[in-house]
Amino acid sequence: MIIANAEVLQLIELGNAVFLLKVHCPEIAREAQPGQFCNVKVSDSNFPLLRRPFSICDVDGDSLSFMFNVPGEGTKTLSHKKVGEVLDILGPLGNGFKISDDYECAVFVAGGLGSAPFPFLTKAMPEEKKIYSFVGGRSSGDVITYGMKNAIISTDDGSKGFKGNVVELLEANKAILDGAKIKVFACGPTPMLRAVKDFCMKYGYNCEVSTECAMACGFGICQGCPIQALDKDGYYLVCKDGPVFDIRKVVI
Amino acid sequence: MDLSVQIGSMRLKNPVMLASGTVGYGNEISNLTDLNKIGAVITKSVSLKPRKGNPPQRIVETSSGMLNAIGLANVGVEEFIKTKVPFLKQFDTNIVCNIAASSIEEYVECTRILSAEDVIKAFEINISCPNVREGGLIFGHDLRAVGEITRKVKAATDKPVIIKLSPNVPDIASYARVVSEEGGDAVSAINTLVGTSFNIYTRKPKLFNVTGGLSGPAIKPVALAKVLEIKRQVKIPIIGIGGIMTWQDAAEFMIVGATAFEIGTVNFVNPNAGVEIAAGLVEYCRKMGIKKISDLTGSYII
Ligand SMILES: Cc1cc2nc3c(=O)[nH]c(=O)nc-3n(C[C@H](O)[C@H](O)[C@H](O)COP(=O)(O)OP(=O)(O)OC[C@H]3O[C@@H](n4cnc5c(N)ncnc54)[C@H](O)[C@@H]3O)c2cc1C
Ligand SMILES: Cc1cc2nc3c(=O)[nH]c(=O)nc-3n(C[C@H](O)[C@H](O)[C@H](O)COP(=O)(O)O)c2cc1C
Ligand code: FES
Repeated sequence: MIIANAEVLQLIELGNAVFLLKVHCPEIAREAQPGQFCNVKVSDSNFPLLRRPFSICDVDGDSLSFMFNVPGEGTKTLSHKKVGEVLDILGPLGNGFKISDDYECAVFVAGGLGSAPFPFLTKAMPEEKKIYSFVGGRSSGDVITYGMKNAIISTDDGSKGFKGNVVELLEANKAILDGAKIKVFACGPTPMLRAVKDFCMKYGYNCEVSTECAMACGFGICQGCPIQALDKDGYYLVCKDGPVFDIRKVVI
Repeated sequence: MDLSVQIGSMRLKNPVMLASGTVGYGNEISNLTDLNKIGAVITKSVSLKPRKGNPPQRIVETSSGMLNAIGLANVGVEEFIKTKVPFLKQFDTNIVCNIAASSIEEYVECTRILSAEDVIKAFEINISCPNVREGGLIFGHDLRAVGEITRKVKAATDKPVIIKLSPNVPDIASYARVVSEEGGDAVSAINTLVGTSFNIYTRKPKLFNVTGGLSGPAIKPVALAKVLEIKRQVKIPIIGIGGIMTWQDAAEFMIVGATAFEIGTVNFVNPNAGVEIAAGLVEYCRKMGIKKISDLTGSYII
């Protein structure tokens, strides 16, 4: 965990106001694990005041990528950065996804911007493991398959791929998961995570979810990012104990 | 250059103090800054029993500030001594323990227990947390209770006692006066201002607790005015708090009357701010021909 200056190498629009930002940042790139995040200072002034958290989307040698959309002022400022500008980044933060021997097949489930951590996770997955990526969005422009392997797509309005949400898509394709030792990795809006959790409980799949919460510090000093614990009394901190949790540990 | 300042019997190598609730118990921030270069570190409010804190959402950003309704989440005195104090021992800085309680007896009990810990150099009594129903605020808004807490906590320890004042009162100087009269060593001002924020589409409050405490640059002018008000009426040292982001902000607090100052919200944005502010003040003093930084305190010209 360090604070580093990162030079903007590239900023492109992937689709419906979804941006991919690539920065040169060897110090953080060296340490980063899939599922971790960085806390980015988007302006030099006191507005917006707080850093903004973004999943590490990809690591490529000395560079880091982030994928973001523009819900407010902070991300709007970020979307106007120019190549060569320098950003102040704190990271890598939190605990990422577990890459372990207890599954043969990794099932990624992404809703909308939930695709963000998967390019890095895809790359980090050992060769011998099978990967299926289930990617959902409201409409065709919201489905982001950047950097993902074997993507199977759904849209709420049916404009691309399966018509329905991504968990219905999973259910419809369950046959291809049967028989393998699988683990599900999910990232997306809370209602989607809840549905993924129900799906995994129903079929007894292990599952890790990447959660979100409004944050002030991002590294455990403000107590601002609680998530209700399931395996103990009280809360975990999303920034320090997460953002990736085993579904058996937290209430989503 | 003499940067040292004095709060009761506690000597600080410089006037920079890290505010309660914005550094946890020191662990995480120590990876990002050098605590040995800080005058004092103030722990998150500790209460007699552990507290889970409020459900989410606990934080909302506002224009140049933030609202928090953490609800005094903390590990409790016993766990604090067992698992947090040993870590803090390795640093060459003053550890100030901030105490929150829901009764006067609890303040006294916490102080008595923690007084036995050598590493703790002073107590800051939080009588002004706006985010929990019981405790805190009720005392902070009652002159007699503030007097009683000061007197009884002082009697329970030999270490300096700092009373942290609420800005959410009509006449803050009268509270500082009571603290002074009852033997308090210093006051710290200010804690957060009560604020709220609503989502205009759902018409619901953004914070679970509905209201929270406002901090950050947005409150600096208010905090400066409170420090000035106290300085004009009361003699004991004032520790200024509220929206300090830079050494310039810190110098301003000292000029209006602060002996030392605490930095809070800035730690979230720039965890190394304390060290940078101390360095900035050295440069400032050199430029201004100030030999002892304590000469800056209350040096305003009106
Ligand atoms: C661990 C983590 C990883 C994240 N990764 C990504 C990512 O890879 N790509 C991406 O686009 N976004 C990601 N987010 C969400 C991102 O941080 C917010 O979208 C961003 O902070 C909004 O900033 P803003 O100033 O544009 O919007 P604001 O004006 O601050 O807020 C606009 C809207 O976004 C919501 N919001 C604010 N902060 C957060 C937050 N921390 N989490 C969720 N919603 C928030 C607000 O409630 C509001 O509805 C992540 C959040 C967390 C906690
Ligand atoms: C997230 C957060 C948690 C806080 N927790 C405490 C606390 O436990 N006890 C306390 O006395 N003050 C607490 N405070 C108040 C700060 O110590 C400080 O008085 C206030 O934030 C104003 O300073 P600032 O503008 O520099 O942040 C907290 C502030 C914030 C932002
Ligand atoms: S964001 Fe501060 S503790 Fe998690």
